[in-house]
Amino acid sequence: MKADNPELPSEIMELQMGPSHPATHGTIKFNLKLDGERVVECDVEVGFLHRGFDKSCEQATWTQVIPYTDRLNYASSLINNVGYALAVEKLIGAETPARCQYIRVIISELARLFDHLTCCGMAASELGAITVGFYMIEARELITRIIENLTGARLTVTYVRIGGVKHDLPEDFAERVGAAFSTIRRLLADCDHLLSRNRIFLDRMSNVGVISQEAALSYSLTGPILRATGVNYDIRKAFPYLVYDQLDFEVPLGSRGDNYDRFLCRLGEIVQSMKIVEQALKQLPVGPVWIDDPRFVLPEKEKVYGSIEGLMHHFKIIMEGIHVPAGETYFAVEGGNGELGFYIVSDGGGKPYRLRVRPPCFIAMGAFAEMIKGHMIADIIPTFGMINMIGGECDR
Amino acid sequence: MSDASSELANIHEILGGKILQSMQAQGDDVVILDRAGLRESFRVLKEQLNFNFLSDITAVDYWQKKEPRFEVVYQIVSLTEQRRLRVRVAVPENDPTVDSLTPLWRGANFLEREVWDLYGIRFTDHPDLRRILLYDEFQGHPLRKDYPVNLCQPRVPERHVEGTFVDERSHNKLLRLKKSLGIKN
Repeated sequence: MKADNPELPSEIMELQMGPSHPATHGTIKFNLKLDGERVVECDVEVGFLHRGFDKSCEQATWTQVIPYTDRLNYASSLINNVGYALAVEKLIGAETPARCQYIRVIISELARLFDHLTCCGMAASELGAITVGFYMIEARELITRIIENLTGARLTVTYVRIGGVKHDLPEDFAERVGAAFSTIRRLLADCDHLLSRNRIFLDRMSNVGVISQEAALSYSLTGPILRATGVNYDIRKAFPYLVYDQLDFEVPLGSRGDNYDRFLCRLGEIVQSMKIVEQALKQLPVGPVWIDDPRFVLPEKEKVYGSIEGLMHHFKIIMEGIHVPAGETYFAVEGGNGELGFYIVSDGGGKPYRLRVRPPCFIAMGAFAEMIKGHMIADIIPTFGMINMIGGECDR
Repeated sequence: MSDASSELANIHEILGGKILQSMQAQGDDVVILDRAGLRESFRVLKEQLNFNFLSDITAVDYWQKKEPRFEVVYQIVSLTEQRRLRVRVAVPENDPTVDSLTPLWRGANFLEREVWDLYGIRFTDHPDLRRILLYDEFQGHPLRKDYPVNLCQPRVPERHVEGTFVDERSHNKLLRLKKSLGIKN
């Protein structure tokens, strides 16, 4: 192979980038073929964090799978919880009470905020805008504190249960969220001023990692990457679940499909998510947060300790797992990075017969070679950053 | 619901004999397609029936539960009509091959590699059917139901990569270390 520039003859160089590279947050390896600094070919190697999620889930009861789902995309573990619970509830044919649905919307959007703030902040700091990185981490920390106050954990939350949520919102939840959001809005305005018209940032982001609308659809891309190309496909609008059809929000779209559009889409979604949370908190109805069905819900502790029936009931659910009717179903929610789908097959027992997660960032990594072809080696960093690959979800 | 079933009837009309069975489960449309001529069936689904988006490919192993043993499951979406369709294809154990969908959707590449890796189902005409999540030396296909959960795989010797730069001093350092610890070789 011959280089483009005849005055500077060069050979194709092979370079292995990763799997443990300081600029790629996550273990992933790029086998590159370079012409000078230009990427001729890129072969993405994933799987360094493969731990057999599917196989482990087949060994656990339906409820025990929930902590495993936390560890998929750990930047938005609440959405994973919600998606999994909704998929199982679809197979059961149960619908949770209105308050539970609103709570699930609120926590999903908080998790989306968390995910987008992580992604944008990290991507910016990798390009040298470390101030923005810190501002966004500060904003993320406020979300983390709300989540911690709600669930007791910062990342691996295990808050949602099949048929409800672990417990109701704390009393001062709305005030905490309001206070956090006003700070986050101020921080985001600062970030916007620092980045959105910043020459250095624009040079690194715009027209880099471009993918056309046609290619994005062909590669099955979803989430902000697909919407940055102008395709209006958001599961919350296309296949509304929970109470998203009763809430007023927009889907930010891009036009060029480059990294800068992805960045703007994510920033736009942060604003929309805060809007959704505020609306949902206003509309939040009063009522139970669990379905009224003893087959799936653990009995109250007084009954467990006070009566033999309650004790047996508790024991059966914990030891055998809840019994999900035989069948198969697929349910997708809009995760932080795109369509997060759960395909479950049940044989009627207490454990899933097959549990498949459609990982949005694994599929996005499939299109990475196309995105980076012809760009400079340094462009790998912002492109990879805006995909927001999370090892736990990509490699499962 | 009546609208959905009319859509299934529409699919029946166009795909005809390729559909072995169609049903509705929990509000999802499901069709079971014939393995022969699968790519052409998907081309019809994509081009004539507007299912232009491939959402997911996976497989299920019904070992000792069902014949044929495997089932490859496709989730496709029509973005224009906002409808989903699940396509299932039965694959026997003695000939685990399916047509690859990479000519229709480039995203099928990674997804099919994963199914090959974890289930050992081959996709004919796939451009680059390698393992993806596991390493090349891995023996067996772990998501098959007859693969034991706690099976240990042998250690893999370090792969020699042609042209890798190794600083000789690092060898010397290792030798010195071994010498000081009294280890031979």
